Amino acid sequence: MLRQPVKLELRGITKSFPGVLANDHIDLVVEPGEVHVLLGENGAGKTTLMNILYGLYHPDEGEILVNGAPVKFQSPSDAIRMGIGMVHQHFMLIPVFTVAENVMLGSELTRPFGLLDRGRARREVQRLGQEFGLPVDPDALVSSLSVGAQQRVEIVKALYRQAGVLILDEPTAVLTPQETEELLRVMESLKHAGRSLVFITHKLKEAMRVADRITVLRGGRVVGSTVPAKSTEAQLAAMMVGRAIRLGVERPPAKPGAVVLEVEGLTVRDARGQVAVDDVSFQVRAGEIVTVAGVQGNGQTELIRAIMGLDPVAAGHITAAGRDVTTSSPRETLASGVGHVPEDRVRDGLVSDLSVAENLVLDTYYLPPFARGLVLEPDEIRRNADERIREFDIRTPSASVQAGTLSGGNQQRVVVAREFSRPISLLIASQPTRGLDVGSIEYIHERIVKLRDQGDAVLIVSSDLDEVLALGDRISVMYRGRMEGPFDSGSATREEIGLMMAGTGSEAASAPPDAGRP
Amino acid sequence: MGRVSTAVRALGAGARVAVDRRRTLGIFFLLVAGAIAAFFGYNVPGQSQAHFVLNLASSHAIPIPDLVVPVRATAFGLAAACAFLGTIQVVRGFGRWAYAVLALVIGLFVFAFLAWAARNSSVSLVGMLQGTLVRAAPLTLGAFSGLLCERAGVINVAIEGQMLIGAFSAALVGSATGNALLGILAGMLCGGLIAVILAVFAIRYLVDQVIVGIVLDLFCLGLTGFLYDRLMVPFQATLNSAAVVPPVTIPGLSRIPVLGPILFDQNVYVYLMFVLMGLIYVALFHTRWGLRVRAVGEHPRAADTAGIDVARTRYINVILGGLVAGLAGSYFTLGAVGQFTKNMTSGRGFISLAAMISGGWTPVGGFGASLVFGFADALQNFLSVLNVPISSYFLLMAPYLATILVVAGVVGRARPPAADGKPYVKQ
Repeated sequence: MLRQPVKLELRGITKSFPGVLANDHIDLVVEPGEVHVLLGENGAGKTTLMNILYGLYHPDEGEILVNGAPVKFQSPSDAIRMGIGMVHQHFMLIPVFTVAENVMLGSELTRPFGLLDRGRARREVQRLGQEFGLPVDPDALVSSLSVGAQQRVEIVKALYRQAGVLILDEPTAVLTPQETEELLRVMESLKHAGRSLVFITHKLKEAMRVADRITVLRGGRVVGSTVPAKSTEAQLAAMMVGRAIRLGVERPPAKPGAVVLEVEGLTVRDARGQVAVDDVSFQVRAGEIVTVAGVQGNGQTELIRAIMGLDPVAAGHITAAGRDVTTSSPRETLASGVGHVPEDRVRDGLVSDLSVAENLVLDTYYLPPFARGLVLEPDEIRRNADERIREFDIRTPSASVQAGTLSGGNQQRVVVAREFSRPISLLIASQPTRGLDVGSIEYIHERIVKLRDQGDAVLIVSSDLDEVLALGDRISVMYRGRMEGPFDSGSATREEIGLMMAGTGSEAASAPPDAGRP
Repeated sequence: MGRVSTAVRALGAGARVAVDRRRTLGIFFLLVAGAIAAFFGYNVPGQSQAHFVLNLASSHAIPIPDLVVPVRATAFGLAAACAFLGTIQVVRGFGRWAYAVLALVIGLFVFAFLAWAARNSSVSLVGMLQGTLVRAAPLTLGAFSGLLCERAGVINVAIEGQMLIGAFSAALVGSATGNALLGILAGMLCGGLIAVILAVFAIRYLVDQVIVGIVLDLFCLGLTGFLYDRLMVPFQATLNSAAVVPPVTIPGLSRIPVLGPILFDQNVYVYLMFVLMGLIYVALFHTRWGLRVRAVGEHPRAADTAGIDVARTRYINVILGGLVAGLAGSYFTLGAVGQFTKNMTSGRGFISLAAMISGGWTPVGGFGASLVFGFADALQNFLSVLNVPISSYFLLMAPYLATILVVAGVVGRARPPAADGKPYVKQ
């Protein structure tokens, strides 16, 4: 079905946005049948480059060559016609359409009068699925599919358009370890079928595993190009960040003290009345980090919201910092010495239109010294902001700019600075480093470990298994509202935890402890 | 707190909600039964009869005898039926048929009411149903206009204005040329022109679509009022007296009793409505065009990356919607009375919008919802003739009241296109 192998060349691609030079004379060659990894931090210009290649942006300078001939892409349909396919980071699928409808959208199979030929589309999806090991049900609605299955649909969509080059933008960010493994296998089989792949990632392990060639971007420029055999993860990390970087988290063994957070038989219902957290019990002690692994949507969000008093508790008890906070309001919970880093910093962590200084006192603005009676003390708020900006190295033009204008990493630093600087005995953080660059991740991990070493209890929820393993003194897994663990970090392997995330963990561990009760 | 007991309680809570809803509905049915017996049966003399006329004077159908029912016995019979359904609903429930049964109970109530209203007199059932369909036609066309726009992601609140200007220009051109077809085309064209303004502001300049729509409604109201005073009032005979499009009789089928006069001896707009309903349904759900339109309305960025021109699709659909709204508007003059009066659509465009929403953004659903409003309209018309002791002001409210009730019942459940009303900015 492949028309011909595609050799793709980018020469001197330059693209600037107001105030930012996103791509600075980038040269890149993707040979037919090779997996070319594009490595770089957030903001390194990877996605901009790929959007240029897919016809979504137009370069200011430079040219694109397909099999040696210069081409100009006015829109994605031009790119599609030249055999370029893209699997976007945020899937470009229509939830209310079936798989087959999504696959054929834009290049529909029709009968006379423009009538859709759904039968042929269905067979085509099945054929592609079988050929490349991408099982999908052509008649399923996309909204009913798991994230992994939706990604398969995206790949089938590109193959259906006879893509010779497939661009995968951060494809593993949303997958479980098993799904990632599956994807890497599919990539191999595509490669053997003569397709070229551009694999955008910042995960070094995956890059080393599948790459034929690795190109590293930093600050919009190509800073190096290498092959896996001639480089190490540490070298690649240093190239990405521009300085030597420590991989993993260095931490002395935990010295757990008294119980700070105790959750007992917690059950939480979501907005539709479905049980989202199902009889969860665990403890977090002073001086230890407990991490919660799990694919998004298995009750972690509801668990944290219930502990913080943001959602009502259907059953069970929560004790935090020595107080029963089961029915406390969020302000009461925060005031009793709990720091909270919410999972979505833009939606829940910050008020984007308020200044950095105001965001830094969002949960203390009503207390002295920031307020006296009904009146705010702008000088104190300003002084606090300057201090925090210095201490947490927040890159902002000034304390008075709107928080929404900062980069993701710096926004997260604002949240972290606010929550870590209050006197707290318990930190609860959801997805603390999601979407951040390696430098910011390293920094935030260091601060979390420092907090632990000061004797605070820490609860971290993350869908990034590497983070869960790197930070956790004890590790638990959530699947469909139930919690497994926490286990001591040495006692479960990466694979075992991956299986639990997919709901196929050891059944013995989840036997109801009180099945005999009336 | 045991896992098992938690699970049991969770199940219990879910079941409780369902039980509450079931009982409430059942009690409502019982109340309807009581209301039928009390208002339409209890104080009616036993010998009162109601004549339901099943022939239409003008029709070609084979005549059949009238339906004569004793009012009191009918009311008690219908009340008993409702009470029976209500009891079953309270005890067992109808499960997923509950809403169908609700519709049936409301239908029985309406029939009991009609029998009561027509006691010692007669009511033309066929005439009322024919009237229902005719009155539903412009509403349905308006709903089509709305869904053509909204399926592509643009909210068209300007339907009312497009209808009004369509009604005006159809009357004007129809009168001046003496040609109804030219009048209809003029109506569509003017509806389309208003749509162009809406499209440019909504798609190109990203102005809030609802606000532009309302402004256009007011603009059309003012413009047609002004032109009416300046053109039509002084030249009533030449510029505002169009020939009404004659009804079309379909040979053979129109001879079927009851159905013949209702469906096959009808206003041209009713046929147009049915043709468009089939056409839009097939086009929207079974063609390449429809798939792309819906993709643009659900997830424009995904459509864009699949190589579909989002802006172009939206322009085309908004203008198509304007043409259809203009067609709907031409009904009020060329399809009904032959002349224009100020604000003669009186909110029908907004009712169309409600019909589109109640109908779940589908052509068939929009038609169904329009039928409810059309029936309320026809009912109101008949009741005022029958001298029912209800103030005519209240009767005139009937279609709007029906709108509020239906929309309140349906809206939470219907799901609009995901990108409805959201401008799309290319990166």
